[in-house]
Amino acid sequence: MANVKVLVLRTAGTNCDMETCHAFELAGATTERVHVNEMIKNPAMLKEYQVLALPGGFSYGDDIAAGRILANQLLNHFSNEVKEFIASDKLVLGICNGFQVLVKTGLLPGTNVDCGNAIQQATITWNDNGKFEDRWVYLEPGTENCVFVEKGKRIYLPIAHGEGKVCFANDEIFNAVKDNGQVTYRYVDADGNFGGFPVNPNGSTDHIAGICDPTGRVMGLMPHPERFVHKTHHPRWTRDNVEIADGLSVFTNAVGYFE
Amino acid sequence: MIHHIEVFTKDKYVDAHGCEILHDIAQLGIESVKSVHAIRVFLVEGDLNEGQITKIAQELLADPVTEGYNIGSTELAEDKTNLTQIEVYLQPGVTDPVATSAMMAIADMGITVDSLRTGRKYLFEGELTEGQKETIASRILANDCIEEVIYGGEEEPPSPHLNPYKLNLITTHICGLSDDELMELSKKMDMFLNLAEMKTIQEHYQKMGREPRDIELEMIAQTWSEHCVHKTFRGEIETTTIDANGKEVGKEIMNNLLKSTIAKATFELDKDWCISVFEDNAGVVEFDDEYAVCIKVETHNHPSAIEPYGGAATGIGGCIRDPMGTGLGAKPIANTDVFCFAAPDKKLEELPAGVLHPRRVMKGVVGGVRDYGNRMGIPTVNGAVLFDDRYMGNPLVFCGNIGIMPKDKCFGDAQEGNYIVVFGGKTGRDGIHGATFSSGEMTHEHEDLFSHAVQIGNAITEKKALDVMLQARDEELYVAITDCGAGGLSSAVGEMGEKLGAIVDLDKVQLKYDGLNYTEIWISEAQERMVVSVPPEKLDRLMELFESENVNATVIGTFGNNGQLELRYEGTTVGELDMKFLHDGLPKYTRKAVWQEKALTEPIIEEKEDYTDILTSILGDYNVASKEWVIRQYDHEVQGGSAIKPLVGIENDGPGDAAVVRPRIEKDQAIAISSGICPQFSDIDPYWMAMAAIDEAVRNVVSVGGRPDRICILDNFCWGNCDKADRLAGLVRAGKGCYDAAMAYETPFVSGKDSLNNEFQTDNGQTINIPGTLLVTAMTLVDDVNKCVTMDLKNDGNVIILVGQTKDELGGSFYYKLNGQLGANVPKVDLKAGPANAKAVADAIAKGLVRSCHDLSEGGLAVALAEMAFAGGLGVEADIDAVVTDMDRADKIIFSESCSRYLLEVKPENVSGIMEALSGIKVAEIGKVNNSGKVVFNYKGKKVIDANNVSLKDAWQKPLAW
Repeated sequence: MANVKVLVLRTAGTNCDMETCHAFELAGATTERVHVNEMIKNPAMLKEYQVLALPGGFSYGDDIAAGRILANQLLNHFSNEVKEFIASDKLVLGICNGFQVLVKTGLLPGTNVDCGNAIQQATITWNDNGKFEDRWVYLEPGTENCVFVEKGKRIYLPIAHGEGKVCFANDEIFNAVKDNGQVTYRYVDADGNFGGFPVNPNGSTDHIAGICDPTGRVMGLMPHPERFVHKTHHPRWTRDNVEIADGLSVFTNAVGYFE
Repeated sequence: MIHHIEVFTKDKYVDAHGCEILHDIAQLGIESVKSVHAIRVFLVEGDLNEGQITKIAQELLADPVTEGYNIGSTELAEDKTNLTQIEVYLQPGVTDPVATSAMMAIADMGITVDSLRTGRKYLFEGELTEGQKETIASRILANDCIEEVIYGGEEEPPSPHLNPYKLNLITTHICGLSDDELMELSKKMDMFLNLAEMKTIQEHYQKMGREPRDIELEMIAQTWSEHCVHKTFRGEIETTTIDANGKEVGKEIMNNLLKSTIAKATFELDKDWCISVFEDNAGVVEFDDEYAVCIKVETHNHPSAIEPYGGAATGIGGCIRDPMGTGLGAKPIANTDVFCFAAPDKKLEELPAGVLHPRRVMKGVVGGVRDYGNRMGIPTVNGAVLFDDRYMGNPLVFCGNIGIMPKDKCFGDAQEGNYIVVFGGKTGRDGIHGATFSSGEMTHEHEDLFSHAVQIGNAITEKKALDVMLQARDEELYVAITDCGAGGLSSAVGEMGEKLGAIVDLDKVQLKYDGLNYTEIWISEAQERMVVSVPPEKLDRLMELFESENVNATVIGTFGNNGQLELRYEGTTVGELDMKFLHDGLPKYTRKAVWQEKALTEPIIEEKEDYTDILTSILGDYNVASKEWVIRQYDHEVQGGSAIKPLVGIENDGPGDAAVVRPRIEKDQAIAISSGICPQFSDIDPYWMAMAAIDEAVRNVVSVGGRPDRICILDNFCWGNCDKADRLAGLVRAGKGCYDAAMAYETPFVSGKDSLNNEFQTDNGQTINIPGTLLVTAMTLVDDVNKCVTMDLKNDGNVIILVGQTKDELGGSFYYKLNGQLGANVPKVDLKAGPANAKAVADAIAKGLVRSCHDLSEGGLAVALAEMAFAGGLGVEADIDAVVTDMDRADKIIFSESCSRYLLEVKPENVSGIMEALSGIKVAEIGKVNNSGKVVFNYKGKKVIDANNVSLKDAWQKPLAW
């Protein structure tokens, strides 16, 4: 297996970096946790890696808005390096707060629809019920165009967020995202049907839980795949026969891309 | 110039904050408000052009999709009548983390600003009286401890600028004062010291021939406070026992309650897996060959009564710093939180003056723990919420944290000549007098008098400090660490330098804002600060590391060798104290306790044919009801160690007995954490209450597959004013219960913390005393998480087995409570059967013979079996004639709250195997699992309960489904 190196970017308030490393390591990669200050000092270091992961947490305490401050750092200090990284056939994964960051930098959904001066084409805002919630959700893949997605496999993962509702700046962008096959996962029930709360736990547009960019190599996801990489992570493992840890596929697909 | 930017939610999107406030206003009974708009205000000071201001507003502050912005104050639309505007700003000097982040981000954009402040503005649609406006502002929008309210936009927001402090050395006159004058001084300075203590101080200074400086008195008061030194637990207590007829029947003198009961059990048990007990900030026990785990539970009651959100947030924040400050520093891996409130459905007019509504207290406390724990990235995995109206003025907030550390990092010692380095948060005026404040009784005036005692937390500051601390620990850059908790630097440096002495330059301490005098700097309880002892040769690397992640760190002094503490400000000595006097000078005193035996009787309750309604009512009692609303707000899975979650069962919503977490994500070995708390039994006898609490904590960890031979426990007593003889006697009895049960279960106490003086003085002079409350937290090892079990029924056809004897012990039970009775027969733990049952159940689980297991607690057999059924989505039919009991009444059998009992679900083919495993203990096969979706109990051939799962679950979920 190719030695896939993952840079897990962390900053003040990042808190899912360790388990994100663990998940990538289970998938066969080697990982390094890098503080954003180090990255700002030496953005060229990104070249050494195949995957950039932005883990969950509360970067800068969600001050101003979730992901906003880290997105602002990325845009102002190393956006060129990240763009080059993506252009050179590498992968970017943003989970929860990392997804919020990617949306706020405009890297996601990154459609070619013009939206004037704004960098952002979408946002991730407060859950309809206004509350932070930790609960498990079923996810139906919405594309075959994304490296991270196991084609056709419905998966079960936990969410833990207060701001997870994906909204688009306008219908044109929303349609482009759908038409380009950029919706990676949608919230469904155990049988694959759409529904209101709690099936769609935050009221997200079109039940969207995750999206990718037009290349399919940059993905953001609100649920936490790194929290279901062992059988015993499943909330009902003591009653159902849990054989496969669904979250692992996101990481093995990423690593497998470089084989 | 100050630029005013307002950010609002576009009409198309939900204004989540506004909606929540609208909801809360309706809860207050104000129905005239139709809508609330919440607007974020940013006041940016600096020489900026229009383009720069627009760029800041557009690219940084407002979300381009969901939000709009105005530069300048939003004009109130003229077509909208009945519009009220209320603005809320932080008071000068209060930390504003959003402002700090925003300043940094603006700098990242290449724009320079001088200062930035944030505020909140609310627009209310609907008619409001002036009184209603004030009610909304004071009860929902703002906390006047830390915030200022501006009505109608007529005033300018408060200026953030404060004047710098100029040294003014203050000496207090104490030599030669009379007794009355000494007590007056104690009161005037909020020292909360008694006459004997004041006289000891006076004598000390008279001997030295000088008057004390204010900073010295403050430090003595803090070090000698009940909160810091636990005088009640360490003093001499003379207990007189009086029987129900008023006759004295016994007298006993106890030298030191802690050493005679709780710590005594630990030292007599002398377990080799206990690494450090009662010594450090947390108790440390062995986890595996390489690692140790440590645990601490604290209370933060008084601050939470005044400011529930901030009080609870700093409660958990402070408790997390205990494992961080244990040994050479542990990594926090799990939180546990237990709360006691008054019933949340109280009417406003039922509340005494100076008391916040229990619903507001609860929402605030849960919110505070949620935001701090979630932001720290520590899963909150275990907890409980109890309700009793006596907690009205004194809500209880227990916060616990567990950490993991390498075994060679379990001890640290400050060294002579080392630098004293403070890192983490800056020092502000917040939390001054917290330690002495929490050592006094609450009154209806406390909200005003002690607003300065409320600390203000910032989880991200603590997370940053933690991230760097662990790197510094592994690089061995310091030799000792402790946290700044109650007493601030005074207590942290005082404890670390107890044997060495120290010289501290107070002007070096980094401040949040100007204006603090040297005493305030020394005793401030500002949050998120840690102190380390740093060898000179390691200092440069340490400071470099802190800087690399933007963590504040400052050298404030050095540890000495003469046992003297010298405090300086800009080179002038402002205080000198002898460490020996400070730590050993406190006079011991004797307290009198009187235990009055109660003439309690058992009630006469008429038997009924059917108890379905009663079961439904008990399930709907706030104490028993589902706490899902609370649990889901906590991230209980972050760090990836979750193995048994707090919510279990077919719909992920059943009440789990204990949480199981892997401290090392890659290993199958884990820890189980649970709580035991039963204040309802205190009203009969705190001795049996304490035993029941330990039994409950043990039952809970055993029920998920925890090892009974590796359980360590913690005590947190919350009691009334122990200057009162009856309160103190109850505490002594509870302590004895702790000793007896800990010895029988072989569960050493490894740490604890008590909170006394939980009484509330109402404005009409009435005293409300809380029920004597003991939280027992248990932690044990799980050898293999893959063998854990949960409490939800699994399969049709399985057999239900009841372990333990059901006795006529309904005193303090929910069944009696529902009948308005207390009763006399409190559950009494059988110290032989209890540990035997726990061991037998654990063995059966380890052998893989048990499909599910649930302990019996509130509401007894009926509630436990019903919970198992609806959590598993299966029916159950039980014949209670088979129950091992001497009673012959259905109601008593199904609602008895006898201790040490467990329900097991077993596959039919394993029944004989399990009976063998359980041989020698009281056990009965009482029923079978089925697919009916019904819970049925039969007694003497008749159905005494016939309920369906849906209605039982509904009754259980509804009360707190907010």
